[in-house]
Amino acid sequence: MRSLLYLMTALGVMALAVWAYHENHRTQQARADMRAVEREIEALRAALSMQRAEWAYLNRPDRLRQLVDMNFTRLRLMPMTVEQYGHIGEIVYPPMPPVHTPGAYLGTSVETLGTIDHTIGTDPAEAP
Amino acid sequence: MIRVPLRPLARVLEARADGRDPAVIERENLRLRHEQMQDRSRRRAERRLLFMATLFLAGFALIGARMAVLAASPPEEATPWRGEDIAADRADITDRAGRILATNLRTNALYAETRHLVDGTRAAHELARIFPELDAQALARRLNDPARRFLWIRPQLSPEQVQAVHDIGEPGLLFGPREMRLYPNGRLAAHVLGGAGFGTQGVTAAEIIGTAGIEHRMDAQLRDPARADQPLMLSIDLSVQAAVEEVLAGGMEMLTARAAAAVVMDAHSGEIIAMASLPDFDPNSRPAPPTEGNPTDSPIFNHAVQGAYELGSVMKAFTVAQALELGLVGPQSMVDTRGPLRVGRFSITDFRSRGARQSVADVFIYSSNIGTARLAQMIGGERQRTFLGSFGLLAPSPVELAEAARVRPQFPERWGELSSMTISYGHGLSTSPVMLAAAYAALVNGGTRVEPTLLRRPDPVPGERLISEQTSATMRAMMRAVVSGGTASLVEVAGVLPGGKTGTADKPNPRGGYYTNRVIATFAGAFPMNDPRYVIVVMLDEPEDTTGPEPRRTAGWTAAPVTGEIIRRIAPLLGVRPQEDAPEIEAVLRTR
Repeated sequence: MRSLLYLMTALGVMALAVWAYHENHRTQQARADMRAVEREIEALRAALSMQRAEWAYLNRPDRLRQLVDMNFTRLRLMPMTVEQYGHIGEIVYPPMPPVHTPGAYLGTSVETLGTIDHTIGTDPAEAP
Repeated sequence: MIRVPLRPLARVLEARADGRDPAVIERENLRLRHEQMQDRSRRRAERRLLFMATLFLAGFALIGARMAVLAASPPEEATPWRGEDIAADRADITDRAGRILATNLRTNALYAETRHLVDGTRAAHELARIFPELDAQALARRLNDPARRFLWIRPQLSPEQVQAVHDIGEPGLLFGPREMRLYPNGRLAAHVLGGAGFGTQGVTAAEIIGTAGIEHRMDAQLRDPARADQPLMLSIDLSVQAAVEEVLAGGMEMLTARAAAAVVMDAHSGEIIAMASLPDFDPNSRPAPPTEGNPTDSPIFNHAVQGAYELGSVMKAFTVAQALELGLVGPQSMVDTRGPLRVGRFSITDFRSRGARQSVADVFIYSSNIGTARLAQMIGGERQRTFLGSFGLLAPSPVELAEAARVRPQFPERWGELSSMTISYGHGLSTSPVMLAAAYAALVNGGTRVEPTLLRRPDPVPGERLISEQTSATMRAMMRAVVSGGTASLVEVAGVLPGGKTGTADKPNPRGGYYTNRVIATFAGAFPMNDPRYVIVVMLDEPEDTTGPEPRRTAGWTAAPVTGEIIRRIAPLLGVRPQEDAPEIEAVLRTR
């Protein structure tokens, strides 16, 4: 009985040792991974700040103004001024799209159109 | 320790005499001795066990506590180049919409370790080919100097230059990573940003420190590693700033002015939306301060903040506002404007006389020096000084620029009657355009004090009350009348209702007296006048409009058209929509 207990204890200690070794190994691996991720974050962050700087540099008002001047013949962009404010009512409606009636095609007579096109009205019985 | 003998002689003799076996006594004593020994060793074992248990408990407690601390601590990201205790991080600076005004860029610095050098002379010649400004001979001498082990060659290298230096193939030439301050917008808002340079330098990092402007003033906050990823948000609006600078530069060129400044400020919060000073510079390579000549001619001089000018008639607004506020006059009270007005041996004249008596409103609208001086006489010097002081015109400006605190407004020590009268129309008191803008904001926003600031202030609290709502409304009406029918008609922009006051001040001659043909032309005003949202101050130094038959220098012909153009351009950017049925707010002046 006692020897069994000793055996179990010894086995337990060995198992725990293996577990502890394993955990240690995993921790070290996790730390190495973390360092790699941190380096990657750092590199990405540096690239991001570089790109943000680049974006700000390319969007600087001086350059935009030069681009506008260069493309004036095509775009005709003028500085925004108060005279350019308008009313919503001054905007013209877009032209109505041509009505496509299913089933009707070039050459179909109007009477025939009336009979086949019952999808426009709500109820075929009420259609003229 | 006293050992009890196993065979005490007295008891053995006694036992022998009685005929008992003395060995029994010995066995008995031996048993007692063993019992004692057992007790002792048990106690010792118990003590040891307790000690071990305590030790283990302490160990586990320690490990547990450490785990708890680790679990509770916030995750921390590795930052590079922490090695030398130099914090290279510096927070970005953005405008009010988050657009970048200043950021950091990673570059490399070039240095040499002479003990690794293979051929110093060749390296020097190759380097001089890449960097033409290096002197090959001098560099070779320094590289071959046996007393030298280390040598900085260049503080910043572009990626192409790094590759070119790599291609020399010299093991003694090494690169140190560097953060570089970059102002992507170039000259835009140069005077606000100031500039930055390197402080302490190490091999793997260098400290960036602000050398001027907001970079210097907010240096501690920008360098704080805990706040490195929170950008410093300014109140500047990039697009408004660009438009103001463009129009101002055009105006300055057309009017052949020596310098120009403009400030656009939120009338309620004091946030500076745009602040321009011309000539300007590129903060990426900030020029050194001038060592000779007039410092105000240098491009690094900020005319909007550092310049203290006698701004002329724009100051009349404060005299009139105070006279109204004290109830001494109403807008329609008549004032004696017969000229010239003699005080001692000094005489005050008007640019153009408009009769012997004028209403207070007309004194303001048509800018009568004599009328304003009369109002100042009624107010008295002491009250005038307190009033101007309450608008902040007599103290250094609180704007967050390194240069601002060093500039003191200039005014006479003895605020006598003559000083009071000349100050009433803007001579004898010099102040900076940014302080004038803040004071005008207080005049038109309903009468509460405004502190100018360059930092974003999302929810402003109204400052202390300086003049009543009523006086402020009257001032707004008068300022509107100056534009709709007075000296500043060229400021008019349809529907935006600008208003303000022009000022043309003769420039003081450093040899005493005033120049007769050099002026400072200023326009100070706000828009839209029925509910002012933005204050604008435009100042031109020595402008001259030569399009007419004779040169015109008054602000109405110089500062006013420039201001009008600026308002026309920035009103849509600021979301100020032209009003169709613009209220004629100057009408209240006629009814009263």
